Amino acid sequence: MAATQVRGQRIPRLDAPAKVTGRAKYTYDVDQTSDPRLKGMLYGAILRSRLPRARIRRIDTSKAEKMPGVRAVMSLVGEGAEVQYAGEALAAVAAETWEQAKDALSAIEVEYEPLPFEVDTDRAYEKGLRSSPRVERRGRGEDGFDEADVVVEATYRTPVQIHTPLETHGSVVVWTGPSQVVVYDSTQVLFSVRDSLARELNLPPENVQVICEYMGGGFGSKLWMQHYTPIAARLSRKAGAPVKLMLSREEDFLATGNNPDAVQTIRIGAKKDGTFVAFSRRSYGTGGVGGGADLPAPVYRFPHLYLEHVDVTTNAGPAAPLRAPKWPQAAFGVDSAIDELAAKLGMDPVELRIKNDPSEIRRKEWQIGAERIGWKEKWRPWGSHKGVLRRGLGCGASAWGGGGGPGSVAEVEIFRDGSVVVRLGTQDIGTGTKTVVGIAAADGLGLTPEFLRSDQFRVYIGDTRLGRSGGSGGSTTAASVYPAVYDAADKALARLKEFVAKKLGVPADRLVSQGGRIFDKQNPTKGLTWGEATRLLPTEAISQRGEWRPGMTGSGVAGCQFAEVEVDTETGIVRVVKVVAVHDCGAVINRLTAESQVIGGVTQGISFALLEGRLMDWQTGLMINADLENYKLAGAFEVPEIDVVLLDMPERGVIGLGEPPIIPTAAAIANAVANALGVRVRELPITPDKVLKALGKVPS
Amino acid sequence: MRSFEYAKPSSVKSVLSLLGRSFEQAKVLAGGVDLLGEMKEGIISPKRVVNLKGVKDLYRLDFSEKDGLTLGALVTLTQIESHPTIIARYRALAEGAHSVATPQIRNMSTIGGNLCQRPRCWYYRHHDINCLKKGGRLCFAYNGENKYHAILGGGPCYIVHPSDCAPPLIAFDSSVTLASPRGERSLSLEDFFVLPSQRMDHETVLEPDEIVTFIKVPAPPKGTGSAYVKIREKQSFDFALVGCAAVVRMEGGVCRQARIVLAGVAPIPWRSREAEEVLEGKAITEEIAEKAGQAAVAKAEPLAQNAYKIPMTVAAVKRAILRAAGQT
Ligand SMILES: Cc1cc2nc3c(=O)[nH]c(=O)nc-3n(C[C@H](O)[C@H](O)[C@H](O)COP(=O)(O)OP(=O)(O)OC[C@H]3O[C@@H](n4cnc5c(N)ncnc54)[C@H](O)[C@@H]3O)c2cc1C
Repeated sequence: MAATQVRGQRIPRLDAPAKVTGRAKYTYDVDQTSDPRLKGMLYGAILRSRLPRARIRRIDTSKAEKMPGVRAVMSLVGEGAEVQYAGEALAAVAAETWEQAKDALSAIEVEYEPLPFEVDTDRAYEKGLRSSPRVERRGRGEDGFDEADVVVEATYRTPVQIHTPLETHGSVVVWTGPSQVVVYDSTQVLFSVRDSLARELNLPPENVQVICEYMGGGFGSKLWMQHYTPIAARLSRKAGAPVKLMLSREEDFLATGNNPDAVQTIRIGAKKDGTFVAFSRRSYGTGGVGGGADLPAPVYRFPHLYLEHVDVTTNAGPAAPLRAPKWPQAAFGVDSAIDELAAKLGMDPVELRIKNDPSEIRRKEWQIGAERIGWKEKWRPWGSHKGVLRRGLGCGASAWGGGGGPGSVAEVEIFRDGSVVVRLGTQDIGTGTKTVVGIAAADGLGLTPEFLRSDQFRVYIGDTRLGRSGGSGGSTTAASVYPAVYDAADKALARLKEFVAKKLGVPADRLVSQGGRIFDKQNPTKGLTWGEATRLLPTEAISQRGEWRPGMTGSGVAGCQFAEVEVDTETGIVRVVKVVAVHDCGAVINRLTAESQVIGGVTQGISFALLEGRLMDWQTGLMINADLENYKLAGAFEVPEIDVVLLDMPERGVIGLGEPPIIPTAAAIANAVANALGVRVRELPITPDKVLKALGKVPS
Repeated sequence: MRSFEYAKPSSVKSVLSLLGRSFEQAKVLAGGVDLLGEMKEGIISPKRVVNLKGVKDLYRLDFSEKDGLTLGALVTLTQIESHPTIIARYRALAEGAHSVATPQIRNMSTIGGNLCQRPRCWYYRHHDINCLKKGGRLCFAYNGENKYHAILGGGPCYIVHPSDCAPPLIAFDSSVTLASPRGERSLSLEDFFVLPSQRMDHETVLEPDEIVTFIKVPAPPKGTGSAYVKIREKQSFDFALVGCAAVVRMEGGVCRQARIVLAGVAPIPWRSREAEEVLEGKAITEEIAEKAGQAAVAKAEPLAQNAYKIPMTVAAVKRAILRAAGQT
C-alpha cells in the first residue's frame, strides 16, 4: 500500500469545523433543537448507594413519586438486596427538569443495614478476599533462575486509574412507537448497544436505533451497554416521554469502570553479558467487585518465565478495559526492573534491551529513539547526576495487536452531480474514524484531499441504520473499516468506469482515476474530469456496498518511548522535558490523526506516571477524590515536547495505533526519574512526596 | 442544590440588612467560584444568597504612597495579577494571585471570596461524610488520607487554608475592613483568620451578618522586596502543597524586617515568626534563607502521610526569601 494523494498525508479531521464551532452535537447536547422527536424530553437521574456495602432493608419511592415535575420513578434493587460498593445504582427517576430529578432522588427513602466492607487492596488481600492464583509457566519457570549470574528483585505498585473521558457516560432515549426505540448513546460500540438493549427490552434489533455521531472519549469504559441505557429506556417508557440520562462526573468515577491497581513483585535473572534468562512475577490487584486485574507477559525474550496472579475483591466499582488494558502497569514493572538490572550489570539500558528484544521492528525503533533523544550524548549512569535540578533519561517498550477483521458493511454512492456519499455504522470515539472512512473512500475513488474537504463529499457514520460495523476497542477500528470502505469505493468506481470507457472508447481496465480525473493510462491526456465522468451516469446515483477484504491490513505493532525528565530534588517535582515516541502502525492512513493518537497516548501516560490514582478512604469506604480537582489529570503544562516518529511501513497494511502509545510512557518516565536521582520510586504516581521520600529527605 | 432566595442589592447597607444570624440563613455571593461549588455539592444549603456584585463601592482599586493599596472585596484576581503598581510594588501579591487556578477562574474570583473561601479538604467536601468541621464527631483526615493536610496548627481539625492571596497580603501587613449591622471594624488580616481549636465551623472571625468590604495594604517602604513561591503537584492548576510569601526590607545589605507567611501547611495562612527572626539583622545568604526555612518547620507535627511537607516548606521558604531579596 503505497502512499497516495490522500493516504499517508496530513488530512485535517473532516468534522473539525463542526467540533470547533459547536455545531457537533454530542449525546450530552442533544435535545429537541437537534432532534424534534425529543420534544418534551425529561431528565433522568440515578440514586446510588452511599455505603460501600449494605443490605437494603427498605426502599420507599412514594414521596418522590409525588414531587413536582416527577414523571417516573423506579426501584432498581429489591428489599433485602445487598449492595457491594458506594455508587451502585438503587433507584432512578425522570422529571421535567434536572433539578427536580435531583430533588426527587433525595426524597427516596433508603434504609441501609451497614455491612463490613473492605476498600483497601492490601488489607483485602491479607483478609483472604482473593481468587486462587492463576499461574503461567514457560520453559523451566522459576527453576530457570539457576542459570542466571545476576538477579534483581523488586516490588512495583500502580494505583487504580479511572477512564475520565471528557464526556461523561449517558444515553438519551425516545420511544418512536410502542416497540420502536431510538437511543443516543455516548458509546464505543453502536451495534452491541443496539443488540444488548433489544435483548433487555425484548425487541427485535431492527426496532432499536442507536446514534452516536460525535463522542467525547471512552477509553474502554464505553465498550458495552452500561446500566444507564436500559434504565433510561424504562424510565422513558414509563413516563411516555423522551429521557436524557447523563451521569455526573462523580458517577463516572464510581460506577463506570476503572483500570485495576497492581502490586507486582518482579524477578529478572540474566547472564553476565546481559542475556535474559528468567522472569518471574507475582502480582495481585483489585478490579473492585469484579476481577480482571491480571497482567500481560513481558515483551522481551525470556526462556524461562513464571507468572502468578491473584485477583483481590474490594468494595469498589468493577473494572473496565482502559486504553491498552493493564499493559501500562505491566510495562512499568518490567521496564523498571530491566533498568534495575542494567544498573546492577553496569550496562547501558538501551543496549540491554536491544540484546533481549525479539522484535526486529522494535530493535530498529530503539535505535531511532535513542538517536532522537540524544542518548549517546546525554545519558549518564545512575547516581552521577548532582545538583538541585537533575535531569535523567529513561525508556520503555510497547507491543500491540491492532489487526482488523470482517464485520463492516460500507456503502459508497456516486451522484450524477459529482458528489459522493459514504455511509458506515461505525463510531468515531475521537480517534478520527470519520476522517479515516473518508480517506478510504477518496483513496478507492482516486479523489483529492481538496475534494475530501469540499461539500461534494459527505461521510455519514454513527448510526445503526447505516451498514453494520464493529466496536471501537483493541485499536481495531481503522483496520476493520478501511478495507470495507475502500472495497465499496473500488466497486463504485468500477461501475463509473464502465460509462467512461464507453464514452472514451477505451477498455475499462485501462482507466485510472487519480487526482480528480479518470483517464487512459496509456494516454493520460485522454480522459474526463470527475464531474464530466459522473454526468455520464444514467441514473441519479450509483451505489455499491463493500466489505472487509483481506490483504489490506496487518497486525502486531511495536513501539518504544524515551523520556527526558528534570527533577527538583528540593521540592520533589518531576517535569517531563521531552518524550520521543517511536511507533509502528503499518501503513499510515493519516499522519495528522495518527500523530494525534500518539500525543494523546503519551499525555495520558504522563498523567498515569505523575498524577492519577483513585483514593478510597478506609474508614468510610468512600472514594474521596471523585472529582477533577483531587483526581489529577495532566493539563497543558504537563505536556512536554513530544517527538512522534511513525515508521511508515505500507507493505504491512493498515494496523491500529490508538492504544499502544500509552503503554511505555510511565515506564520511560519512571526510569528517567531513577536515572536522574540514583534512587528509584517504585510506585505510581511519582508525586513529590514519594520523590522526597526516595531521596531520604522526609523525616520519619 | 436546594432552592434559595436570591437578592442583588446595590449598597453595603442593604446587603447587611439581608444577611441573617446564621450562615444557614444567608450567604454572600461574590464570584461564586467556591460558593456555587459548595451549594451544588450539597455541602451547604443557604436559604438566601445575597449577591455583592451590585455594590459599586466594593470594586475600588487604588494606590497612593500615603494610604497604600486599597482593594475592594470585589476586585478580581485577574485585576490583581495584571495591575502594574501591584506587580512593581507588591510582587508577592501579584504572584500569589497569578498562581491561582486557571485564567477563567481568576477572571471570576474576587479577593474577598479568595480570603473567605472554604477549605478543600476532601472529607469536608464529600457530601456523604459528616466531618468535625461540618458538625460531625470525627476529623477523618487524622487517621485517613491526609497527604494534603496540616503540619502546623492542626487539631482537632487538620484542614489547610487554600488561599494563595492571603499569605502575601499578610506578609505586607494588610488590614481588613469588615461591615455588619453593628458598624465597621478593622483588624489586621493576620487576626482575621482563626484556628480550628478556636472556631470549628469557620476559618475567619466573620459573623454571619458581616462582610469583608476592603483590604488595605500599606505602601512598602524603600528597600522592600517580595516573592511568592508555590509548590504544587500539578502545574496546570492546583492548590498549593506548600506556598510561601516573603517580604523583606533590606538596608545596607542587611535584612531590617522580614515577614514570612506560609500557605498549604496550616488551617490558616501561617505566619512564621521563627523564620522572620532568623533573618532580621542578617545579610541574606542561601544558608540564612535555609535556616529560616528550618525554623519555620521546627514545630511541625506531621500526620502519617504529610511529613514530606517539612522539606518542601524549607525549600519554599528558602526560595521565597532569596527571590524577595533579589538573589535569584
Ligand atoms: C478548580 C479550582 C482551583 C482553585 N485553585 C486555587 C488556588 O490555587 N489558590 C487559591 O487561592 N484559590 C484557588 N481556588 C479558589 C478560588 O480562588 C476561590 O474559590 C475564589 O477566589 C473565591 O472567590 P469568589 O469571588 O468566587 O467567591 P465566592 O465563591 O463567591 O465566595 C466564597 C466564599 O466567601 C464568602 N464571601 C465572598 N465574598 C465575601 C465578602 N466580601 N465578605 C464575606 N464573605 C464573602 C462566600 O459567602 C463564600 O462562602 C480554586 C478554585 C477552584 C474552583
